[in-house]
Amino acid sequence: MSANRFNGFTDYGIGIGLRAPHYDHILTRKPVVDWFEIISENFMIDGGRPLDILDRILEQYKVVQHGVSMYFGSAEKLNREHLRRLKDLVQRTKTPWLSDHLCWGSVDGRYTHDLLPMPYTFEAARITAQKVREVQDFLEIPIAVENVSSYAEYHDSEMTEWEFLNEVVERADCGILLDVNNIYVSSQNHNFNPLDYVNSVPAERVAQIHIAGHSKYRKYILDTHDHPVIDPVWKLYERAIHLAGHTATLLEWDDSIPSFQEVHDEARKANRFLRATALAEAV
Amino acid sequence: MKLMQLQRTMARAVMQPLTSSERMQGRAPDGGPMKRYASRFIKPNDRLTSFERLEIYNRQYWFRVLAALGEDFPGLCAVLGQGRFDAMARAYLIANPSRSFTLRNLGSRMESWLRKNPKWAGPNQELALDIARLEWADIEAFDGKTEPALRPDDLSIAAGPRMKLTLQPYVRLLSFRYPVDDLLLEVRKEDEDTDFASNTFQERRKRKRVRAVAKLKPAPIFLAVHRIDYTVYFRRLDQEEFSILTALRQGKTLAAAVEWAFRGSQIAPEERPLKVQTWFETWSTLGWFCRPEKKQAAS
Repeated sequence: MSANRFNGFTDYGIGIGLRAPHYDHILTRKPVVDWFEIISENFMIDGGRPLDILDRILEQYKVVQHGVSMYFGSAEKLNREHLRRLKDLVQRTKTPWLSDHLCWGSVDGRYTHDLLPMPYTFEAARITAQKVREVQDFLEIPIAVENVSSYAEYHDSEMTEWEFLNEVVERADCGILLDVNNIYVSSQNHNFNPLDYVNSVPAERVAQIHIAGHSKYRKYILDTHDHPVIDPVWKLYERAIHLAGHTATLLEWDDSIPSFQEVHDEARKANRFLRATALAEAV
Repeated sequence: MKLMQLQRTMARAVMQPLTSSERMQGRAPDGGPMKRYASRFIKPNDRLTSFERLEIYNRQYWFRVLAALGEDFPGLCAVLGQGRFDAMARAYLIANPSRSFTLRNLGSRMESWLRKNPKWAGPNQELALDIARLEWADIEAFDGKTEPALRPDDLSIAAGPRMKLTLQPYVRLLSFRYPVDDLLLEVRKEDEDTDFASNTFQERRKRKRVRAVAKLKPAPIFLAVHRIDYTVYFRRLDQEEFSILTALRQGKTLAAAVEWAFRGSQIAPEERPLKVQTWFETWSTLGWFCRPEKKQAAS
């Protein structure tokens, strides 16, 4: 089920985020990695070292773009300059699909640079889906929306987060980047069963899966991407690939970044679940 | 609440400055109590009030943008001192919230804002303005566009008194009242030394910085901020050299640029041709000129 129209019918394995502290290791040691995920905004520039590094990575590796500031859920119009630069980058990387978050973060042209949670309303779903369609049409590649970690809920919400996700992706006819760590974090912050979430995601739309670590505080959990993946998140991952099949999987590690080898080893732990799924599918 | 209204309401709270103890303010953007403001749209749960849940986002916002500005302006921080820099950064971000999809552009208005709001520029305003300008130029030079560089063949095609040369977009030409290039390099050198991040080392570094800033005397310099192999460098220029490059960037012909640059110059007329030749060799070696467009080359 992994290769589907939401990930360009690709069958990618386990990837890791391309991060500056690892550039030298990757370019000189050329480790075997299935694919790298880049943060689009870091490369939506005119020139210089970041684009040179990217071009050298592209010579040897598959790259998928992941964005952090499209803000599909912002009520304001899409930023045309952002879209134009993003399209230039899409043409450069030939990313088979592109992901960004199901959230908002800007209003009246002012950016918070955060992934702010959506109110789960039908109005928000309609506006968000419309923007996903606009981006998809403009970029001419499949879009996958990622569920975010959240620390607040709104009185206005009319449905659960997973119902909202389903409403958006059905209306937009887009893919899902299922972040099982984010599901876990939000389930702890909002007291729901994370398996209810995973079980209700339309598996046929899952283009990619994110795994990551987080930080636990006394009264809430923060999505910090600075720790190994914990067992309850691996269990959600296992369930997700049981439903969605052998899906492109990426480990996010963005803060207190350890050595390349450590990050890669952590990501490759996903293999034991992927192998089990492959075996089950073969039987 | 309509989506736009909800997002405006939340964004106003999220972007409202923190208290001195880095907590969310008790007073809301509408002047009423923040507890009431937050509870209007945020649900509480069994562990956190509406206020506390909103505060997570309010703190994250400020920690993120302040950290980004601190990373981009370590030299300005050295000039102002950490406490004054933090206060300035907060005031700057209140007046200039990000209007770009990338944090890269967060400091784009730093120098112009400091110029209009000199009370935030500290006791040595000219120095603060200079270093802010240099640090922004450094960001622009780092990821500015590179055009194909001029080759000797191109020069023969385009050569002539009306020849116009175009500088690479990433090259930044700046004049300063203080030798801020030296200061910034010194600050960076210290920052790289992260192996000794003990409190004693930090204190020593702080004192060293204060001394470095205090001893910096005005000395006008002309600078090109440019790149070699994707690394940004600062290159000191003679005044006339700077003037030629500035005139070329403004679209003057080569002949006009040279004539303009030497008006009132102290360099003896007989020395000028050799000077110009040497400068051109250097600029060409550094790849500062773009290849002319075919239309111009053919004319």
